[in-house]
This record gives sequence, C-alpha cells and structure tokens, in this order.
Amino acid sequence: MLSWLESWMKGAALEVQEYVRLIGAAGRGLVTPPIYRHDIIEQFDAIGVGSLTVVLLTGLFTGAALASQSGLTLDQFGARPIVGRLVSASMVKELGPVLTALMLTGRIGSGIAAELGSMVVTDQINALRALGTDPIRKLVVPRMLAGFFMAPVLTIISDFVGIFGGWVVARFQLQVASGIYWSSITDALYIQDVYQGLVKPFVFGFLIVTIACLVGLRTKGGTQGVGKATTIAVVAGSVAVIAADFFVTQILVRTIY
Amino acid sequence: MADVQEILNEPGAPVVMFDRVKLAFDEKVVLKDLSFTVIKGHTKIILGASGSGKSTILKIITGLLSSDEGVVWVNGQRVDQLSEQQMMTVRADLGMIFQEGALFDSLTVRENVGYKYYEETDMPLEQVDRRVEEVLGFIALAEHIDKMPSELSGGQRRRVAIARAMAFKPRILLYDEATTGLDPITATTVDDEIIKLRDLEGVSSIVVTHQLRDAFYVATHMAVRDPSGAVHVVPATPEKADEAEFMMLKDGVICFEGNADELRRSTDPYLQTFLS
Repeated sequence: MLSWLESWMKGAALEVQEYVRLIGAAGRGLVTPPIYRHDIIEQFDAIGVGSLTVVLLTGLFTGAALASQSGLTLDQFGARPIVGRLVSASMVKELGPVLTALMLTGRIGSGIAAELGSMVVTDQINALRALGTDPIRKLVVPRMLAGFFMAPVLTIISDFVGIFGGWVVARFQLQVASGIYWSSITDALYIQDVYQGLVKPFVFGFLIVTIACLVGLRTKGGTQGVGKATTIAVVAGSVAVIAADFFVTQILVRTIY
Repeated sequence: MADVQEILNEPGAPVVMFDRVKLAFDEKVVLKDLSFTVIKGHTKIILGASGSGKSTILKIITGLLSSDEGVVWVNGQRVDQLSEQQMMTVRADLGMIFQEGALFDSLTVRENVGYKYYEETDMPLEQVDRRVEEVLGFIALAEHIDKMPSELSGGQRRRVAIARAMAFKPRILLYDEATTGLDPITATTVDDEIIKLRDLEGVSSIVVTHQLRDAFYVATHMAVRDPSGAVHVVPATPEKADEAEFMMLKDGVICFEGNADELRRSTDPYLQTFLS
C-alpha cells in the first residue's frame, strides 16, 4: 500500500515538475529569439476564429436556458422583470468564463494533444529538433499565446451572446419588456464582476493550452497513445478549469470587492 | 576552432567518435562501453537485431538522447555535455533520415524539403525555392514538389526525407532504417541516393539497418558521373568498398567490425545466424 502511494506521489511530483519545466521553457521562448510569428498568427486564427461557432452556440443557449429557468423561479416572488439581473450576473461572473473554457478544452485541448501526440509518435518532433528547431518555441509558445489571449475575447463574445439569448426568452417567452430587461442587465453588474469575468479566462486559456501541450508532447505508444493523450488532455483540462475557477474566485472575492 | 576545421578538412579525419559510451533506460542497458570512429567521406553501416541499440546511437549523435557515460565527438565538438540550445549548432551539420521518413504531414514536399531554410534562415524565398528544386531534381522527385506527403508512395516519402536532410548540405548524414518496409526495387532507389550523396557530395554516412541486402549494396557500389554529366551507380572498386565499414551490435556491444568481405567470411555463430 505504502509503495503504491509512494510511486503515485512520485509520479504526481514528476508531472508537476515537467509542467513547470514546460512553462519555464515556453517563458524563455517568449522573450528570446527565434519567434515564429506566422505560427502565432495561425494559432490565433485556429484557436480564436476557429472556436467562434461553438462558443456562440454555447453562449446563446446557456443564456436562453438561464433566463427560462430564472423566470420560473422569479415568478414565485413576482420578480420576473429582474430576470436580466440574474442572466447578466451569472453569465459575466461564472457561466460565460467556465462554459467557454470547457468548450475550448473539448475543442482546442483535444486538438492540441492529438496533433502534438501524433507528431511525437511519428518522430516529427525529433525531426524538428534534428533540423534545429526547438519544438517548444515552434509549437507550444504560439498555442500558449493564442490560448491566453483568445480565451478572454471568446468569453466576452459568449457573455454578450448569452445575454442576447436571455433577452430572446425574456421578451418572447416571459413577456418582459425589452427596456426593463436591458436596464436590469446593467443595474446588477458592478465593475468588480466584470473584472472577475475578465481575469478568469486568461487563467483558463493558459491552463487548457499548457496542459494539452504537455500531455501531447509526453505521448507514448502509437495511435493508442494518441487517443489516451487526447482523453487525458480533455479530462485534466476540464478539471483544472473547474478547480481554477474556485481558487481564482476565492482570490478575487477577497481582493477586488 | 580553426585548427579543428583544418583537421576535419583533411582526408581520413574522424567526424564522429564514440569513446566508451554507456546508456541505460532504467534497468535495461542499451549501450555498454561502445567505442567506434567514423571517417570523413566513409560509410559506417550499423547492423543488429531490433532493440540492439542501433537507432539509439544515431539519437546520441544528434543529441536527441544523452549518454549516461563516455565521450561523443561530432565534427570536432564534444557533444555529450551540450545543452539542447548548444546542440543546435552541431545539428546544423547533421542530417538525419528517420524510420518511416517523419515528414511533416501538414506541409507540402516543397515546404518539407526547404523547411530549415524557410523557418530557420533569412534566405530569400526565390533562393530557397531554387535550392529545393535542385535537391528534388537530384533525387528525381521534382514533379512531386507541390504534393502532400500522404500523396506519395513509401519509397518516395523516404527519398523526400533524404532530400530534406541533405537540403542544407550537412557533412554527415544519418540513416535510421531508411529502407525498412520497402520492396527491393524501391529500396534500391533509396540505396542509390545514399551512394550518390556519399560519392558525389562527399557526405559521411552512418547507415543503421537490419536489411543485409541494402547494407551490402551500399557497401559494394559507388556512384560515378560520366562525361555527359549522367550519374551511374556501378560496382565499387576494392579501395572504395573498403571505405564502407560494417559494425554489428549485439546486446549493446560491438560483436563485429570490418568490411563487407570480412563480414561474409566471418565464422562467428551469431553473425552466421544473422547472415543466413
């Protein structure tokens, strides 16, 4: 039992060490040449523009469902007109960042792990190194930058679309006047809520991409290994997002309010 | 450093040297006290069963793996203690052909072959394109320049991998099972490229294989250019054949070193089993 626990702890410590080393190497790659600019642009497009549809759909339906559910509850207190407050507060502070991050984990995390994993098992990573290219600079840095900067942009879009989805339900299902809905949106939002909603996606984007890169680059065992890496990237990325959401919320609640 | 370059420019200079190199993965010892030298312009053919440590040697030379003990020299530079960043300068003079080619599957043949120039140098694009066309012409694949690797046959992929490795004119080429899995006719086209690069471009080669037919073909043939400029692969002269040295690995140690004739005449039971 002790030896199992010991080996598990050693394995976990090794994973953390590898993660920190990857981030350190990527950090060095950010500030020293060579910098692969066209890969960075390509990744901003793939991660940002490429994820737009899934984020739009998720945001829209989440906002609509939220308004619908809140409407039922608020009716019990005769408070249906303030449905906009609930939609905006929930979307901006919590659901927008978290659901966008989870969607990105599914789409981007799995894609990165599968792509890098395939490159590892087909020796393309070794071929890159043999040709004088550092795989961290070429593959990890552009993805890390794109994840870090595009996750907040996508979250903002998701928030707006979610609030719009909420308006559709509020206006046509709950029969709340548009003016009341939109004014209640701004009434409930404080600048601290907006900060919270903006800080979280930076953390989530960074975590999703770096975890996926680490898992992809450590792939072993052929195509089966690639499948396993993809699954691990999605599971570990999703858990990291949820856990980070809790910790970031705790920190922000204590510091900005 | 200038002295080292002068020595390396002399015929018979050692371009790769292993001195008592050891490597183990956990409990499994892969290389035990391995020592050998590769001479400039010569071919070292490393034979051995799967798992005998052949590919590991190439990975140590390119710095993709680090040895546990011993000293490794490549082009006059001690590489066994270099960092990944320092290894980049050594790799500038090394080309490696991986098993299955390891072509970048999202890039075209042109982008694969010119990868190093496109990504790692400021060379003007027209110049890079000319070099890529020249290299693909050398291996007779010019018409496939805009194809993706998935559109090529296995033999063509290996030849493109050779083109990618030779494009930046390295002085040493490392072939890791370059003909494994290919039919004999296609394998011969790959062997011909290895011979042409060695004899016409003066590249030192280390060929890792367990395909005896290809090993003997590379060792016993040479490339010559006739007055019209056409290149022919013909049986090698005895002096030229002597420049190809065989090295047989068994459980991480060298169990034979010599030329093709000596290998054929060996009475060692393990070699006999391997040769039969």
